[in-house]
Amino acid sequence: MSNPQQLRYSKEHEWLSAAADGVSTVGITEHAANALGDVVFVQLPEVGSTVSAGETCGELESTKSVSDLYSPVSGEITEVNEDVVDDPSLVNSAPFEGGWLFKVRVAEEPGDLLSADEYTEFSGS
Amino acid sequence: MSSTELRHTALDALHRSLGATMTDFAGWDMPLRYGSERDEHIAVRTKAGLFDLSHMGEITVTGADAAALLNFALVGNIASVGVGRARYTMICQADGGILDDLIVYRLAETEYMVVANASNAQVVLDALTERAAGFDAEVRDDRDAYALIAVQGPEAPGILKSLTDADLDGLKYYAGLPGTVAGVPALIARTGYTGEDGFELFVTPEHAVELWQALTKAGEGVGLVPCGLSCRDTLRLEAGMPLYGHELTTDLTPFDAGLGRVVKFEKEGDFVGREALAEAALRAQQNPPRILVGLIAEGRRVPRAGYTVVAGGAVIGEITSGAPSPTLGKPIAMAYVDAAHAAPGTEGVGVDIRGSHEPYEVVALPFYKRQK
Repeated sequence: MSNPQQLRYSKEHEWLSAAADGVSTVGITEHAANALGDVVFVQLPEVGSTVSAGETCGELESTKSVSDLYSPVSGEITEVNEDVVDDPSLVNSAPFEGGWLFKVRVAEEPGDLLSADEYTEFSGS
Repeated sequence: MSSTELRHTALDALHRSLGATMTDFAGWDMPLRYGSERDEHIAVRTKAGLFDLSHMGEITVTGADAAALLNFALVGNIASVGVGRARYTMICQADGGILDDLIVYRLAETEYMVVANASNAQVVLDALTERAAGFDAEVRDDRDAYALIAVQGPEAPGILKSLTDADLDGLKYYAGLPGTVAGVPALIARTGYTGEDGFELFVTPEHAVELWQALTKAGEGVGLVPCGLSCRDTLRLEAGMPLYGHELTTDLTPFDAGLGRVVKFEKEGDFVGREALAEAALRAQQNPPRILVGLIAEGRRVPRAGYTVVAGGAVIGEITSGAPSPTLGKPIAMAYVDAAHAAPGTEGVGVDIRGSHEPYEVVALPFYKRQK
């Protein structure tokens, strides 16, 4: 597995795309998806709501467990991926692509986001 | 556990080469899943799955009084089990509380193999040893003597037939006989924990890899896949089978768990728990405290063990096992609920899922029954 170079990563195993017009896309990494197992339910933040870096903003349920979803940055939610709500298995099959979770207009980002290489070392995969 | 070091089965290296995600289960490092647990579950329901169950605890009981000892130590009528047959049973405390649920195989007139859950194997071994006082019988710890490989699913008989001359058509459900599979001596048992037809093969650990590989090859053309404990749990849940530590505990008698049929009061002689169990039987009949039911979600959030079951704003029960059901396509659960809310179709029952009350339908168990 390889973590795309153009993305940045949180220690909670989310990825963040480079901002386009101030808006970044967020998802969970393949490492996180593999650790969860088959994702069966995704609860995402509401469009228009405000999220804070490092705080929970939703949840991911898999066969064996439920995990909190964290936002890697602070800002306003502009869009959520309805496809992944309908078909949560996208998180497993395409975590960096069709399994993206939400888009956020970034107000502030923490200083400790990781590069792809740093995240690979941090997660061990 | 006296040690935090995990135990490994004879198939450990093979699991790793297959890319399994491993998990600590009752002190054993076991495969949780190899790929998607949902795909593994569906393979067992529609084709076949291969499981390493070597963590299960085998205890051999031999001697002239073997049958009498087991009739005293366990709640079932073990003396009435024919040679080559098996019985689902339980071992209880004197107060009727369940110590473990077991499968007992009668291998010969004076030889039985008791198979305990990994988490309870030591407890069962200790209880049997203690209860053997005064009987002409030997209780032997055979946990390290066996690896256990299960092949489960509709294709299981065909796969096994291609590897053995044993009379599988004559081998009924809950029967087990010694034979040879892929050149390896094995106890071939038609038992399982999935709700499907299938076999459990007890072999020496030295033969485990050879047998696993032969089964894998024989199942290649018919969709056999290696399966982990994650799908084993959802398979048994759909089949309404209890899991010790969830539906069964020392705080419950077999009658509380809806499994009073395993207690055989009519057998000869005394047995551990007889008096308490007779009272429990009466209580369950006249004034049951809580009843084990099935719940099916109307929504998609999954109930987990320990979540409360609610009705009209009051707590009426507790979830013992819950998971997304691949077969039903919805979350399902088993729960102990107050008798007033236990009838299938009872309105207004919900589960408190992290603060929100999600609606659930009360159903009779099991959720899934295979078409024969």
